[in-house]
Amino acid sequence: MNESKEFKTSQTADVWRRLKRNRAAIVGGIIVLLFVFIAILAPLISPYPPNEGDLAKRLKPPSREHLLGTDPLGRDLLSRVIYGARISLQIQVIAVMIALVIGTLLGMVGGYYGGKLDHLIMRLMDILLAFPGIFLAISIIAVLGPGLTNLMLAAGIYSIPQFARIVRGSVLSLKEKEFIEAARAVGENDFNILFRYLLPNSIAPIIIQTTLRMATVLLTASGLSFLGLGVQPPTAEWGAMLSTARAYLITAPHVATVPGLAIMLVVMGFNLFGDGLRDSLDPRLRD
Amino acid sequence: MLIPVLIGVSLVSFSLLHMVPGDPAVLLAGEDANPDFIKALRKEYGLDKPLYMQYFQFISHVVQVDFGISIRNREPVIKLLKERFLFTVQLSFLSILIAAFIGLIAGVISSTRQYSIFDNLSMVGALFGISMPIFWFGLLLMLVFSVHLRWFPAGGKGTIVHLILPAIALGAASSAVIARMTRASMLEVIRQDYIRTARANGLREFIVIYKHALKNAMIPVITVFGLEFGYMLGGAVLTETVFSLPGVGRLMVEGIFQRDYPVVQGSMLLVATTFVVVNLLTDIAYAFFDPKIRYE
Amino acid sequence: MRIVMKMGTLLSVKNLKTQFYSSGRTIRALDGVSFDIEEGGAFGLVGETGCGKSVTALSILRLIPYPPGKIVEGEILFRGRNLLALTEDEMRSIRGKEISMIFQEPMTSLNPVFRIGDQMMEVIMFHQGLMRTQAFEKAAEMLDRVNIPDAKRVMMQFPHQLSGGMRQRVMIAMELSCHPFLLIADEPTTALDVTIQAQILRLIKEIKKELHTSILLITHDLGVIAEMCDRVAVMYAGSIVEQASVEEIFEDPKHPYTQGLWGAIPRIDQEKEALAVISGTVPDLSQPPPGCKFHPRCSYRFDPCDRMIPPLSQTSHGHLVSCYLYEGGKNLE
Repeated sequence: MNESKEFKTSQTADVWRRLKRNRAAIVGGIIVLLFVFIAILAPLISPYPPNEGDLAKRLKPPSREHLLGTDPLGRDLLSRVIYGARISLQIQVIAVMIALVIGTLLGMVGGYYGGKLDHLIMRLMDILLAFPGIFLAISIIAVLGPGLTNLMLAAGIYSIPQFARIVRGSVLSLKEKEFIEAARAVGENDFNILFRYLLPNSIAPIIIQTTLRMATVLLTASGLSFLGLGVQPPTAEWGAMLSTARAYLITAPHVATVPGLAIMLVVMGFNLFGDGLRDSLDPRLRD
Repeated sequence: MLIPVLIGVSLVSFSLLHMVPGDPAVLLAGEDANPDFIKALRKEYGLDKPLYMQYFQFISHVVQVDFGISIRNREPVIKLLKERFLFTVQLSFLSILIAAFIGLIAGVISSTRQYSIFDNLSMVGALFGISMPIFWFGLLLMLVFSVHLRWFPAGGKGTIVHLILPAIALGAASSAVIARMTRASMLEVIRQDYIRTARANGLREFIVIYKHALKNAMIPVITVFGLEFGYMLGGAVLTETVFSLPGVGRLMVEGIFQRDYPVVQGSMLLVATTFVVVNLLTDIAYAFFDPKIRYE
Repeated sequence: MRIVMKMGTLLSVKNLKTQFYSSGRTIRALDGVSFDIEEGGAFGLVGETGCGKSVTALSILRLIPYPPGKIVEGEILFRGRNLLALTEDEMRSIRGKEISMIFQEPMTSLNPVFRIGDQMMEVIMFHQGLMRTQAFEKAAEMLDRVNIPDAKRVMMQFPHQLSGGMRQRVMIAMELSCHPFLLIADEPTTALDVTIQAQILRLIKEIKKELHTSILLITHDLGVIAEMCDRVAVMYAGSIVEQASVEEIFEDPKHPYTQGLWGAIPRIDQEKEALAVISGTVPDLSQPPPGCKFHPRCSYRFDPCDRMIPPLSQTSHGHLVSCYLYEGGKNLE
């Protein structure tokens, strides 16, 4: 057991080293860290409260008072963007957690036990996947109704199939390996095999999927909020902000540019970092 | 394989009405309808019958292409769906054409000039493509090309000109995916022995790449076409909203806001079923294009 | 400017140097390779994996990909022209037409998405300008010649529907369809079953006689050399260490490396405890040892061996060795 611990740490050191050399991954990582910091420290760094607007100052262009200008209701754009990060992070984390936990469980159970159970689980995933992309999230909202909590649920449920698939795939390929046979020969019960042997060895693809999924969830969640199906006013969320910005595209284009830019940058950050992780964790998967 | 999924999809659509809190009959009739109307509606939709019978009734209607009546404007849902769905299909089709064109070319050229400036630029471009929110890109396109340059109209339907900006916005992510996939596939194919044979036989490089290599590299990319087309059907709602287009996505979202459940059910069913069929066709296409599968 | 070549010489490789560049290192894959192939001759190039045999073949056809490789020096004289001085267009009309090549892996050398007939006809039409129907007949005829039964049906099939032996025959047919002057065969039978190997070798021999094609045969299998070639060159670490007729090289191997190779062949008629093994390993071609590249592993090494590369000496007519043991012979440098 000690040997495998040493091996694990030298493996982690290897991964870390490869990661540090990958410039794209570093850029992505920095963006993600910045995003997280802004989100967590929002109340401290935001110049104004996000929902207080001075109607006398609507749609002002960027100025010294309001670094990014004001929105149609006179609220400071910069503050709303900062708080938008907070809300986005919250949505992402909860949604991905839901998908991670449920998806991993389903994938492990299906992959390990096989047979009818696996079939059933895969059929369920297929049904979810029959609804293309964001349409699935919209359909879930159709059932649950609009709102922040439902948004997180919808984004979570919509991400389950990917996790289930990946974990199932990993379990299927590990199941036949000798160390599992050995564990069984020693009399380990299924629960232990699943959680102490199979799961830790599937960590790599799970981590990669988690990172990339954060990006997808952000796009989907902001899309749903843009449509009015997610976050409700007056909450400052980037997608929702773009929705209100539509009407003022000609008169005040700055209101539309910044939130969208924020979404794109954060998504890019997660994508870059996720790709970098993928390259570092298994260089063989590269182009 | 196909059937259980379709059944599942229909179950999900069917259960929509029953999962929403409230009495289905009231939901269908409208909050302030008079009680007699509600009772009649309950009878007509068989809402007093057990659930499984309601499901069968639902399915039998669907098979006869009867999706019910829209609550809001009392029109048959199928009529609304037909027009709007066809529109979305048109839009998605144009979009995938543009995406495939750009993606394939960028992917092939990138693969033949690996690590060159073109390659790096197009991979960065691909990164932007998959990271940009469709609705934001649409807004930007509208801002630049409709408002400032006045090259394209800002919305509404009419001719194909009205569809170009929305199609580009919708297709950006897909063209990025296609470009990446084509590049990866081509890179692998170019390393193969049969490409070496083609060159050793003195064939021109253009033929080697665009005939011998590409035909092989395209096979996995075809599956991507099908998938992306499907995602476009699902994601069109974002573009339709930005450009005020009469598509099925917007129809469904409006239906959600107006609690027009038949419309929402019909849209869900139609789009999901189409996606399943598209996936099936893609699988068939793959088997068709790969000689190893098609011949024995 | 017409280059005058020795009578009867089809291909003359002179001092060929090919290098590869990878992560800052320069790998000297070919370090001054020279040999001649006579018209109608069968020349064998033998050596262990990595000695540069395949690189030589690819260099002749200028198929070395750049990056990471490059032919940096030398001349390849073929029918009055220096191949290394030709334009890419001119080379293309030589590849597949005047000089053809068959490779080691028949399983993967044919394009899986095109029919056999289409692939063969493409080459024929490209080089010979024939119409489709004529090319079809020609291709079918070639398939017949390589003893493929039911040639016209095979033309309509895809590569994956044929066995390895059949695919190699198709390759031979395809590469010989334009009646090249020289056929380069790079380990043509290594990936095949032993029984099929014999068939393919016999086939190559027959066709060689019929079409008067010269052959450059690359292999690590000494039995194949004995069967097929009239002249042999032994390569080691990017250089030719010995060159002679096939009889002489088997009966009287002079270079210590050649002797070591021969000693490592198991023989039924000799009682031995263990196979003789050449101690040591092949050198790193980006940092070759000074002097003779074989000297670290040579039991005969003495003073000049580790300082300068031994010149090519001729010991008897046509028998060349690059070794200080024989420097007394006629020096050819």
